[in-house]
Amino acid sequence: MATAGELTSGEYIRHHLTNLTFGPRADGSWGIAQSAGEVAEMGFWAVHVDSLFWSFVLGALFVWFFSRIAKRMTAGVPGTTQGFVEMIIGFVEDNVRTTFSARNDNIAPLALTVFCWIFLMNLMDLVPVDLIPWLLDKAGIHYQKVVPTTDPNVTFGMSFSVFALMIFYSFKKKGAGGFAAELTMHPFESKNIVMKILFIPINFFLEIVGLVAKPVSHSLRLFGNLYAGEMIFILISLMYGSSVILSVSGGALQFVWAVFHILVITLQAFIFMVLTIVYMDMAHSHH
Amino acid sequence: MNINVTLLWQMVFFVIFVWFTKKFVWTPIIGVINERKTTIADGLAAAEKGQRAEEDGLKKAEEVVADAKTRATEIISRAEKHGQELVEEAKSRARTEGERIVASAQDDIQTELNKAREALRGQVGELAVEGARKILDREIDSRAHADLLDRLAAKL
Repeated sequence: MATAGELTSGEYIRHHLTNLTFGPRADGSWGIAQSAGEVAEMGFWAVHVDSLFWSFVLGALFVWFFSRIAKRMTAGVPGTTQGFVEMIIGFVEDNVRTTFSARNDNIAPLALTVFCWIFLMNLMDLVPVDLIPWLLDKAGIHYQKVVPTTDPNVTFGMSFSVFALMIFYSFKKKGAGGFAAELTMHPFESKNIVMKILFIPINFFLEIVGLVAKPVSHSLRLFGNLYAGEMIFILISLMYGSSVILSVSGGALQFVWAVFHILVITLQAFIFMVLTIVYMDMAHSHH
Repeated sequence: MNINVTLLWQMVFFVIFVWFTKKFVWTPIIGVINERKTTIADGLAAAEKGQRAEEDGLKKAEEVVADAKTRATEIISRAEKHGQELVEEAKSRARTEGERIVASAQDDIQTELNKAREALRGQVGELAVEGARKILDREIDSRAHADLLDRLAAKL
């Protein structure tokens, strides 16, 4: 807790939960927000520079590493790095093959990207909470959230992308009529034509709720887990500097929580990937 | 928790990364993996083929060995039979030879006997004449009585 001297606990937490935001200021000029209040005032056109920066850097790291290996791939005896990459590819392919019943060559790359990218973004949670913000504070940047998946913009951005793909493939595979029928003919069915028409609004309402719930739950699951995990790290780091006993136990707690978090990080990345595949499968399958 | 334009940027990144992964990561890697898969499958098939060929060879070899064995037994039994025949033949030939030898020996003996008899006969005549001369001294002319003596000798 680098700035413990000047901050109360509440301010410290608030500081840690504020993104580095670039957007229109109240006076009309564009710039970096200097306080959480100013961030809130910036509205829709503000950009979370830190989230986007880490999200892009980690995604780029993933594609750089994998494409570098892909370029040097050999069909002969694989090296250690190639074996590692192939293991991940095999893992993702296995998941896609067992879950996704239709044929679409885009789904497996999509699943791979989602899994590795989210895993790396979640992994930033294991970097000590104060390390990067403290270093950047020295460099004159006062706000920094290094875990992009604790920003709902990032998780919703991904789940909406998946949702858009889902709608796109639904139209492509079933046609507008097929997709509309899927939304209006279930779950209540009837042979009687009058009943059928009567059921349409009810079915439509239920299906729309179900449909909209998908991207929301998809992203909130990831966001919630990571946000809570990050919060625990912040709370643990509050223990430092208060007393020797609390500091030592805080260190132990941070270690235990970090070890446990390795599971959460991997599991959430995996769940996001599997749900992506499942949603894609739903978009492709006919009822 | 502010929802703002960050979300749209994240969607843009998402599309870029998925596209990039498909083009530069997934497609080449899966290509190589599939290539290796075919290589391994070919190798396995070749190994199986080799194994089958080996089995076939073993079976053929066994057949050849079995054939050789039966033929060897056949040859041995034939040789044994032949040997027996040879022995039998030799035996019979030896027997006939022996018989022939015995017969010729008997012939020889007979001839010798006859010869001896002839010689004896001549000598007996002479001895008789000698004896008679000794008894009769000069009374008897050997020439005059030769005829008589020859007749006597022939009677022997």
